[in-house]
Amino acid sequence: MAGFLLRRILMTIPVMLVVAIVVFLLLHLSPGDPAAIIAGDNATTADVETIRVSLGLEQPLTTQFARWIWALLHGDFGVSVFNKVSVWTLITQRMEPTLALAGVTMTFAVAIAIPVGVLAAWKAGTWIDHLAMGIAVLAFSAPVFLIGYGLVYEFARVWRLLPVQGYTPMGQDFTGFWQHLVLPAITLGLVFAALLARMTRSTMLDVLNEDYIRTARAKGLAPRAVLIRHALKNAAVPIVTTIGLGIALLIGGVVVTESVFAIPGIGRLTIEAVTQRDYPVIQGVILIASFVYVLINLAIDVAYAFLDPRIRY
Amino acid sequence: MNREGLSRMTHSLRACPGFGRRFLFALAVLAGFLQPAAAADKTLRAVVHADLKVIDPTWTTIYITNRYGYLVYDTLFAFDSKFQVHPQMVDTWTVSPDNLTYTFTLRPGLVFHDGQPVTSADCVASLKRWMTKVSAGQVLGKFVGGLEVVDKATFKLVLKEPFALVIETLGSPLTAFMMPERLASKPANEQITESVGSGPFRMVKEEWRPGNKVVFARHTGYVPRKEPADYLSGGKIAKLDRVEWLYIPDANTTLSALMAGEIDYFEAPPLDFIRIMKDNPDLTVVNIDSLGVQGLIRPNSLNPPFDNFKARQALLYLIDQPEFMQAVVGDDSLYMQFCGAYFLCHSANESEVGAVRKPDYAKAAAMLKEGGYKGEKLVVLMPTDRPQYAAAMTVLIAALRKAGVAVDIQSADWSTISVRRARKDPVDKGGWNLFITTQGGPDTANPITNGWFNSRCEAANNGWACDPDLEALVGKWMREQDPAKRRTMIDAIQARAYESIPYVPFGQFFQPIAFRKNVTGVLAAGLPVYWNIDKK
Repeated sequence: MAGFLLRRILMTIPVMLVVAIVVFLLLHLSPGDPAAIIAGDNATTADVETIRVSLGLEQPLTTQFARWIWALLHGDFGVSVFNKVSVWTLITQRMEPTLALAGVTMTFAVAIAIPVGVLAAWKAGTWIDHLAMGIAVLAFSAPVFLIGYGLVYEFARVWRLLPVQGYTPMGQDFTGFWQHLVLPAITLGLVFAALLARMTRSTMLDVLNEDYIRTARAKGLAPRAVLIRHALKNAAVPIVTTIGLGIALLIGGVVVTESVFAIPGIGRLTIEAVTQRDYPVIQGVILIASFVYVLINLAIDVAYAFLDPRIRY
Repeated sequence: MNREGLSRMTHSLRACPGFGRRFLFALAVLAGFLQPAAAADKTLRAVVHADLKVIDPTWTTIYITNRYGYLVYDTLFAFDSKFQVHPQMVDTWTVSPDNLTYTFTLRPGLVFHDGQPVTSADCVASLKRWMTKVSAGQVLGKFVGGLEVVDKATFKLVLKEPFALVIETLGSPLTAFMMPERLASKPANEQITESVGSGPFRMVKEEWRPGNKVVFARHTGYVPRKEPADYLSGGKIAKLDRVEWLYIPDANTTLSALMAGEIDYFEAPPLDFIRIMKDNPDLTVVNIDSLGVQGLIRPNSLNPPFDNFKARQALLYLIDQPEFMQAVVGDDSLYMQFCGAYFLCHSANESEVGAVRKPDYAKAAAMLKEGGYKGEKLVVLMPTDRPQYAAAMTVLIAALRKAGVAVDIQSADWSTISVRRARKDPVDKGGWNLFITTQGGPDTANPITNGWFNSRCEAANNGWACDPDLEALVGKWMREQDPAKRRTMIDAIQARAYESIPYVPFGQFFQPIAFRKNVTGVLAAGLPVYWNIDKK
């Protein structure tokens, strides 16, 4: 296992290098210019050119890339071309709301989806199954922004139970933290919960038809023990894989959810950086997101070994 | 949750079946939903139209940075609501009989946010920086022979030749903001990242969260003028303890937050929200800018057919202003049925000379042919992320087609178009023929600061309008000392402009702001300013 872990950690280096090259080239070869945005709509060509020079954007791409990579190797992600704040500071400022949203969403989704999926599989073909899967299809099909606006309208504007927008750190106001995250977490979590519930049901159905489940039932085990100890544990590997893959889905959804609920997280930082062509920020965010994704995949692979004793590295 | 919210919830729950009712109560309890009532503090939470990214107001013409400038910095002069200029930081000023030497004395008691007194050396350094970078300052700078510090409170501006608009230029919204000398003396191409002004509010930089929030606190050392606040002039009394600029990119979310009382002030609501907000008894909707916004079509004077003035003139006969305004604005109370003035209707320089009121597509087609149009496809730049520009461009495309023009619509986001429109290449090598933009406020209202009117060829904005005769007229205008004569010269300038067509105005509209009823004292200052505002 230790050798496997070491190999996988070392593999992240070429992966990150490829990501860095691709991100840099894609950004710098695509149209758009931060200098034109900084200068403003009414700026002359000369004004824009002056700003380009002051930002170093007139230099050859190879020089810009070499400077960026060299700084990166020294732990320096650079500074935003707009406000001169370090990219690392911007990312760390935005990390907490996104992690909080992703964490609460994931907990909400898993807590709902796995029991619903198990129940639907257990009661396969009954109205409970049809109802659960019907809701799952609806939740999976509805656009995130539509769910978000619907919840805001009902719970924040009509009933005024919860705030419309914003984020309060847990350390600042514990109640406010939860109030601000309820609607975004439901908005984002419904899609993920629907996917996970369908996956859990399908995997559980396969497992429930296995011979050892029949044997467990035949020897008189309680239904709950059959479901949880024998079926769910053996269905866990694909479910955990789905949870891991779902994190990518979550990252995509975070962008929309943070915009709808005005949560100052990584998703909004990314959108703003992309629309403004703030190259250092986009590069920094994508590199870190890729690194996190690689780590999640590694964690899932490690989890396999614990969930299924037959898997050994 | 407030009483109104409880009542609404109770009403809604009565309509729910038993399970739904229990579910909603459970959800509410689990969420710990009882929201504290909004504290009666003196913090104004304002959602602004853009995220503040650059805090050097001489480094960029971005509106949000200019508005930040008015909060944090003070100016030597400022306009009132009748567009008359008044001293602001300046106490007294004199002009020599030959109109070449201006002597300014600062008001006593002016201090920067770091506690240092404002001196004439600070003002001289700030003016020099402004004359290097900002278009209005560059125009004045061409006339300036020297800036001299006389003593701590007095400085002189010496002209090489008479320039009639020294004070007006110093008071224009593209004004020089006075900074400490140590900052202002930095090279103009080096962005200032410190925030030390002498304005009525100071930026609380440690609370700045780019992309989310900017916090300003009252500058306790600020000494306002005695005169009442009027437009950008008069006493800038900071009645609020704090102003928080929030950046919420989603307009629907901002509207909901305003209606729920989570924010106090919505700086630039989409125009299709105005009616909903006017109907809401908790909100006030006002227009703070009597001049409004001008929409404009910019032809590329380098590429055929618009390198020929006849083809540019043809564009005038494609414009049905109410049709454009309906597409861009919708609500007819928010736009003018017609405005043919290059320097805006309701301004001191309003003129109708040369304007074309009605479209005439046959005439446009004939003029285009006369101007050298041979049926080739004209490249128009369609922004996908600026709905107002896209709406106007859609109307323009339809009008071009009515005049028999083949159109190549090239769609891109605004960032891409910003780069594309700077290209001087022929259309088959990435160039372009037409794009749409807007400009507004007092900057647009005179020939010096109206950026798109500038017809100085290579030195003009993208599109490179080029008309030495028009520039000569503007030059005479800015040297004329008699205001009455200057006013009549505007007609001649506009008449010439309608021949050479630096751009085609397609309408004038207004962008109201909205705020909650407990906010008072909002000034109609042409741009959002936060002095004089109180919150009950």
